[in-house]
Amino acid sequence: MIRAYLAALLFVVLATPVARAVLEGVMVAHMLVQIPLLAVAGALAVAALPLPLVARIAGWNRGGVSGALLAVIASSWWMVPRALDWALASPLMEAAKFVTVPLFVGAPLALSWSSLGSMGRGFVLANVLPMWAVVGWAYIAAPVRVCNYYLADQQVVAGTSLVVASIALGAAMGVLPFMRSHRTDLDD
Amino acid sequence: MVRSDGWMRTGVASLVICVSSGALLWRGTDGFHALTSEAARRLAIAASPRSVPAVELEDQDGRSFTLGRYRGRPLVVDFVYTRCTSVCPLLSESFRRLYVAPESSPRGDDGRLPLLSITFDSLDTPARLREYAAHYRADGHSWRFARVRNARDLAPLLQAFGVVVIGDGRGGFQHNAAMHVVDPGGRLSRVLDLGASPADVARAAAETSR
Repeated sequence: MIRAYLAALLFVVLATPVARAVLEGVMVAHMLVQIPLLAVAGALAVAALPLPLVARIAGWNRGGVSGALLAVIASSWWMVPRALDWALASPLMEAAKFVTVPLFVGAPLALSWSSLGSMGRGFVLANVLPMWAVVGWAYIAAPVRVCNYYLADQQVVAGTSLVVASIALGAAMGVLPFMRSHRTDLDD
Repeated sequence: MVRSDGWMRTGVASLVICVSSGALLWRGTDGFHALTSEAARRLAIAASPRSVPAVELEDQDGRSFTLGRYRGRPLVVDFVYTRCTSVCPLLSESFRRLYVAPESSPRGDDGRLPLLSITFDSLDTPARLREYAAHYRADGHSWRFARVRNARDLAPLLQAFGVVVIGDGRGGFQHNAAMHVVDPGGRLSRVLDLGASPADVARAAAETSR
């Protein structure tokens, strides 16, 4: 239950005008801090779901397939430059971000991750991480500003960070399973 | 049976997710044509031209006028500021090319396509605009430079054109630079890239008067 309280606290903090102004004022913070933290809030909030509901959802989410699909598609939208601009220009779109990221990215990912299995997780990451790198590269290489609300140099920082995040997460995900099996070996 | 049922429902859920999010993404990107808000702005304006407010402007010689003055013929507008060292010089260079191009005066000097450069920088006085005009060898008539007379008119004007100006943290600005074609009815009807050729801009302007 403490997770659910943490989720609520995180969401409320992110929704404060100060946090929004600070995190949305910088492109890289918008993409790689605010949106991921909203997803984390959604993932933590899953702890508050009653178990019968979790079981019912699982019936529609065998192998975590539909949940992972939803999370991948919804998170892709929030990497589109127009979506970032839109969230800054329109309060309605900003509200949509605060609803869809926890609900359609964080929560389904939390409900699907363990049932995806290592194969499924590998498949999801093998699709998502290269996409981040490609989007990041597009931000770096774009000859024009892609967001009307962000400066050109911020776009390069955001792009570089996406590429770095993609590589770092890929490396971590590649290495972690080995570390875990190594630890199990030691336990044995 | 229970096992296959779960997969069946998962398949249904996945299909619903794909179809509904596909429809949303289609709408959100104008059929995957507009991944940036600038592309979306250009598509929206081309699809449905919008009227622009007839705010009072002041040109490089201190004369007052409004956009309504240009009714009856197409007009090309850009937004610049004179201290700009990044994109505005490119934009003004494009205007300069358009200004001297034969395409923009098909019927001699009288039929010249009017050009208007509007500044969004409060530091740009008529005197500075005059210097800027001289730098680009503009006559100040068929290529005019102007600022809003009342500062409070600037935001609605930029809003109507869909121009977003943000501070660059060093006292300057960044903005979505483009060439805006206003049709003879006073409606913003086309937005062209700042690198568009004089022939393309002149053609776009001519098309609006049909």
